[in-house]
Amino acid sequence: MPQILRSTPIHDVVIIGSGAGGGTMTQVLVQLGLKVTILEAGPMLNPAKDYKEHMWPYQVAHRGADPDGAFYFAGSGRYNYFSAPNGSWDIQGEPYTSAPGSNFRWFRSRITGGRTNHYGRIALRFSDYDFKPYSNDGLGTDWPIAYEDLAPYYDKAESFIGVCGSKEGIRSAPDGVFLQGPPPRVHEALIQRSCKKLGIPCIPSRMAILSKAHNGRAACHYCGECNRGCVSASNYSSSQVQIFPAMKTGRVNLINDAMARELITDDSGKVTAVSYIDKITRSEKQIRCRAVVVAASACESSRILLNSKSSRHPNGLSNGSGSVGKFLTDTVASTVTAQVPALEGMPVHNSDGMSIFHVYVPWWEWAKPNKDFPRGYHIEIGGGYRMPSVGAFNSVCRSSQGYGQALKDAIKKDYGTSVTLMGRGEMIPNADSYCEIDSNTVDQWGIPTLRFHFKHSEHELKMVEHMQRNFTAILEGMGGKVARDDRPTADKITAGGAVVHELGTVRMGNDPSTSALNQYCQSHEVKNLFVADAAPFVSNPDKNPTLTIVSLAWRTAEYLAEEMRKGNV
Amino acid sequence: MLVQIAAAAAAGSIGQAEAQHVHQEVAASKDAVKSATYTPKAFNAHEEKTLRALCERIVPGATQGGAFEYIDLLSSNNGRLAAIYHGGLAWLDHESTQRFQALFVDAKATEQTALLNLIAFRETAASNPGLETGIRFFDWARRMTVDAYYTSAAGIREIGFKGNGALAEFKVPQEAMEYALKRSGLG
Repeated sequence: MPQILRSTPIHDVVIIGSGAGGGTMTQVLVQLGLKVTILEAGPMLNPAKDYKEHMWPYQVAHRGADPDGAFYFAGSGRYNYFSAPNGSWDIQGEPYTSAPGSNFRWFRSRITGGRTNHYGRIALRFSDYDFKPYSNDGLGTDWPIAYEDLAPYYDKAESFIGVCGSKEGIRSAPDGVFLQGPPPRVHEALIQRSCKKLGIPCIPSRMAILSKAHNGRAACHYCGECNRGCVSASNYSSSQVQIFPAMKTGRVNLINDAMARELITDDSGKVTAVSYIDKITRSEKQIRCRAVVVAASACESSRILLNSKSSRHPNGLSNGSGSVGKFLTDTVASTVTAQVPALEGMPVHNSDGMSIFHVYVPWWEWAKPNKDFPRGYHIEIGGGYRMPSVGAFNSVCRSSQGYGQALKDAIKKDYGTSVTLMGRGEMIPNADSYCEIDSNTVDQWGIPTLRFHFKHSEHELKMVEHMQRNFTAILEGMGGKVARDDRPTADKITAGGAVVHELGTVRMGNDPSTSALNQYCQSHEVKNLFVADAAPFVSNPDKNPTLTIVSLAWRTAEYLAEEMRKGNV
Repeated sequence: MLVQIAAAAAAGSIGQAEAQHVHQEVAASKDAVKSATYTPKAFNAHEEKTLRALCERIVPGATQGGAFEYIDLLSSNNGRLAAIYHGGLAWLDHESTQRFQALFVDAKATEQTALLNLIAFRETAASNPGLETGIRFFDWARRMTVDAYYTSAAGIREIGFKGNGALAEFKVPQEAMEYALKRSGLG
């Protein structure tokens, strides 16, 4: 063992990553009296300095298009300039590849709090049936836990972070501990009525945003730009809601710009240390620990395990089953937009509200037999008088053409009349979608990179056709005009990874020969190794993953603390 | 000012009035930023004159809204945009000279209008071979002029955007709701 290791103290728990999983582990372990060290691959977050909340586009000379005009050329590879910082599908010096025929976009966020600084704050519980997909339809794999196992942790998570919603008694959208949410915007009220005619439910959104002061955090002030980050922490982010408060206890050691390379094990097969690169000094560091929690985001966690090779673990750590990296999924997303004449000429008013949508459509055909695709989706809604941004009037420019006062009139008439329905559906894990180490390529830290394989199946294509039909019916039911879209169905699905709900790849299960983790997200093979992000997910239900990441991590943290107390870890 | 709002938030005491004050402060500091003279980064004096005139024809008020400076900044950092605008402006002068024996800025207003009417609509390409270059360029100029104008303080005021403020409660005006419900036939 090198000198570097012998001279350093042994930390209780080292957590790799500070997003929803790492933040929750930090909060709960510290509450239970443990000391934690967080390795975060990006810089420290300073909300007052880093968040562009309330900024007008004219406050920057490039108006949000980037000084080099990247907005006009980069397409989906570029992240909104005004969003909370330090995340992208492309990170300088940290590449990844897609296998021929695959197009997977891998979002990474390198900053304290990770993606929770910018995400949509949608907070949906999985349904009871979501945990038993194989038992229901013979596809995929059942989770080793049931809804009842996680329900108490959903309660704890919602009570702590604060979630708006309403009790509806719908099986596909289990009720939780809710604060009162805001009323529907005008276009949302139209959608609710159009849905009602079609027998489709449309209920108040569940969002991790505060309608009243809660746990020392101020109430939302309805500026509608949650993705920019919230200086008053009125929405959930692991940085502001979990890590910063936990740091005040003195039991958190946060190390920023620390890029984990691999986990080091001893002859007994336990993890003894984490090797990482200090990005600032470009130097190798190692930190000893009693237990390690990998919470680096699904594919990054796989990458760390797969790169932790030794003679004892030739396939990487916790990978005796060969399942690490396998069964990668992302949400099935498809969109339909309509121009709604009923909204033309309406008195313009402040429609910012909370984040993107105040009502949503939970999956409604979960009990319907003989559908031509398995599982389901929920519908998110876009519309209203948004803050003008570059590109916001591009479609009206294309349709109206011309110039001068006529163009201005067309833009004014069109403003606020577009309504978009966005489907968020369940992708079934398949053998063609996975990540693996591309041993020919390393990043700028010398760490072997990931290569992605990704393929949608007939199930997803059929689901998208169902989305397109139903979205059109809902929009036309409120008089909306939907432009004809003759693209093949495969082109109407958002590319894998683009929704940033990539998950799976280090899955839980009762059988160590087919899964990497047990029901507490503890490695079957390495007893002091835990995973706490979306990597352990066995399926990717049509509910945004963050609330389940938080709840599952909470359960894992309690188990880990108890096992350490008993001396088992 | 964001520092203040964060500090107030940390103290758990942020009020709607304070937040609104902060928003107004931001708006005021913004208007003060406008500089009197501007030195173009990507375009020469003749190009500047032509582009300013073009932007103003596309969206009246766009020069005040900073459209020229916006296109100039982005073109100075992006070779593809620079080529689009250098080339497009040269095309405009060439076409104007061919038709009116005058550069675009020196042509009569009616002549400028006649030329713009040809390139501002895709349909004209079919009956006017050779205009594709101009039509493509005009698409870019229109798109970016609109972006610049409607993200300026004047453009945001003109479109009527009322948000980016701080509210104690979110409410929808009853008259707006009734207006849309009635017109949609869903009321």
